[in-house]
Amino acid sequence: MEERLPRSPGGWTVISEGPQKNKLIRLARLLLIPAPSFANIDTGRQTGIDLSICLEPQVSHAKARDTSRGSSFSAKPFYTSDTPAKGIERNWKILASALEITLQWPRSPVSTGSGHPSPAGWGGGCIWYLERRVTRESPRRFLHLLRNVNQQWVTFQHFNFLRHMYVTQLNRSLKQQIKPKPEPAESPFLEKTSLDEAKAEICEMRPLVPPSLSLSRKPSEKALIELEPTSVIEGSIDLGKETKEEKQWKEMKLRVDDLPGILARLSKIKLTALVVSTTSAGFALAPAPFDWSCFLLTFVGTGLASCAANSINQFFEVPFDSNMNRTKNRPLVRGQISPLLAVSFATCCAVPGVALLTWGVNPLTGALGLFNIFLYTCCYTPLKRVSIANTWVGAVVGAIPPVMGWTAATGSLDAGACLLGGILYSWQFPHFNALSWGLREDYSRGGYCMMSVTHPALCRRVALRHCLALLAMCVAAPALDVTTWTFPVIALPINLYISYLGFRFYRDADRKSSRKLFFCSLWHLPLLLLLMLTCKRRAGEEGTGAPQS
Amino acid sequence: MAPRRPAKRLVTALCRAFSGRGCQLAPKRGAERRDAAPSRVSRFCPPRKSRHDWIGPPDKYSNLRPIHFYIPENESPLEQKLRELRQETQEWNQQFWADQNLTFHKEKEEFVHSRLKAKGLDLRTASGQKATLNAEEMAEFYKEFLSKNFQKHMYYNRDWYKRNFAITFFMGKVALERIWNKLRPKQKKTSS
Repeated sequence: MEERLPRSPGGWTVISEGPQKNKLIRLARLLLIPAPSFANIDTGRQTGIDLSICLEPQVSHAKARDTSRGSSFSAKPFYTSDTPAKGIERNWKILASALEITLQWPRSPVSTGSGHPSPAGWGGGCIWYLERRVTRESPRRFLHLLRNVNQQWVTFQHFNFLRHMYVTQLNRSLKQQIKPKPEPAESPFLEKTSLDEAKAEICEMRPLVPPSLSLSRKPSEKALIELEPTSVIEGSIDLGKETKEEKQWKEMKLRVDDLPGILARLSKIKLTALVVSTTSAGFALAPAPFDWSCFLLTFVGTGLASCAANSINQFFEVPFDSNMNRTKNRPLVRGQISPLLAVSFATCCAVPGVALLTWGVNPLTGALGLFNIFLYTCCYTPLKRVSIANTWVGAVVGAIPPVMGWTAATGSLDAGACLLGGILYSWQFPHFNALSWGLREDYSRGGYCMMSVTHPALCRRVALRHCLALLAMCVAAPALDVTTWTFPVIALPINLYISYLGFRFYRDADRKSSRKLFFCSLWHLPLLLLLMLTCKRRAGEEGTGAPQS
Repeated sequence: MAPRRPAKRLVTALCRAFSGRGCQLAPKRGAERRDAAPSRVSRFCPPRKSRHDWIGPPDKYSNLRPIHFYIPENESPLEQKLRELRQETQEWNQQFWADQNLTFHKEKEEFVHSRLKAKGLDLRTASGQKATLNAEEMAEFYKEFLSKNFQKHMYYNRDWYKRNFAITFFMGKVALERIWNKLRPKQKKTSS
């Protein structure tokens, strides 16, 4: 038997399609609202089953029926401007998404238009739509009517665990109880909360629920408001939490279309690109005619060697990377690729890379490439956890690529190559020391031995020292016939600037100066290399004294 | 299909909840946290049809992601050995890092409290936030913590490298074994 809802002017209705109805019933129960009542609404506009959820305590509770014609019940979550509407919206949305119902909350509360006097505290009603996710059904699904809220309100428990606000109203007067949480807790429906926190909150909440639940006008309604929902809440919150947590579990199945992205991250492709660009600069600066085929072979060979070295580095450092913010999204940490595959990939890059360098370019470059891979993976990576000497080893690792570029072009290791290597070596210190200044906590917790943690004064001294060394080496460049004398002159401003920042870092030793130095180092090196290239000493020019443009 | 499963699970569990089962009290976490890693993993059940391992979100204390290992019906002894090694390494790792992180935070709190007391400051600022020391003061703590735990880290590094190599080596062996098994029936067919 269906009965008409007493259509109060304050009520509002939501119309949705039939199979959603049971979900809506559950949703209503989850929110500790009385079982909805059902009535037929013939709006003349519906195309399927229409229903609306009613949250009114005094409305009679007719059984829900799955009639094809549909049944309807009206729903109005009462809230006032005192209640945090955003929080309600969020929690409804999260609950509904767990049940595969989409809710939309209106941007602003729609004003009540029926002319009933709304108390000052009322914020109005809200419109919400219920949409089906499956698009098989008829396109026209939902109609909703906004109604003024003027009815007997209902106790509404707001799932905001941060504030634990219970909105209660008694005889149309508004009363709010705020129960402050002893320790910060998050809503169980937020992604990162842990299950145990939610459960602990429920244990705390339970004793409060019975007394605070509503007292409606009709005492009989009390019985209707079931406190059994506490187990529902807990069950549902558990399930909400578990569902959320379950959703975060990923199958460790390698998908072929993800592979390029994963391998790019595994090989630290951006760092590899930087390394290869320093190699190219070394190649271009070498006093030899520019040979495109040789250049390309060097380019590819160095890139492959760098990819291999980076992959092995990540393979070694999985648990450490998991614990540092900077590195916790790497592919091996996230389980997107297996260690075996990472090692295989590294081998598949190293072998062709070194072979290409050895037989495609020259054996010296190949040997340097192999040495660099060894230095990075077998010396630098383990040394990071043993002694601060790792920084110096790492600087050598960074200095070798431009030397490789030079030897690829000229075939020999001469003064110019060493100078270029020296410039890159010196650059590493302000760059890395400034970066590590802000990561001291992570390094300490992860067990990394870095100068910034164990010897902070040395860290800053070394950074400044090497900024000045950069200046000196830029002056030495024309003396070694690498560039013309214009180079140290035009490079002076940027060298002075980085030295100044190095001095500030040395003196102030704070986060601000370290960040400034780090960011300066990022643009200083490319610019320096570019200036070197523009001032390159062309073949056939005089050694010293004659300034060439 | 994937979105349906969680919803179905939620719905069936809701039905169970509605039937009036008693509430379950939250298991007391804290000291047992470290040993809870295996039970935490086992709470998740991958779908029946899946034939792969599943990896979960980072653990709250150790920041390592737990893996739920798939046990195939025809698991060979080598595969079993690999799985057990991985499981054991995972537990050992979780234990170490949970311990490490908890110790770090605890000692950091103690350090901050002792320094604030020495300075005569309150533990909370006027606005109610927790008072913190600046980076330079914390640097002393970081240095001390690192040197105190140096030996522990050395042992851990050594063990971790050994286990990592062993796991990768066994993975290689298992992969070769599987390839060999796939090829062998074909060989038998061609020979007969």
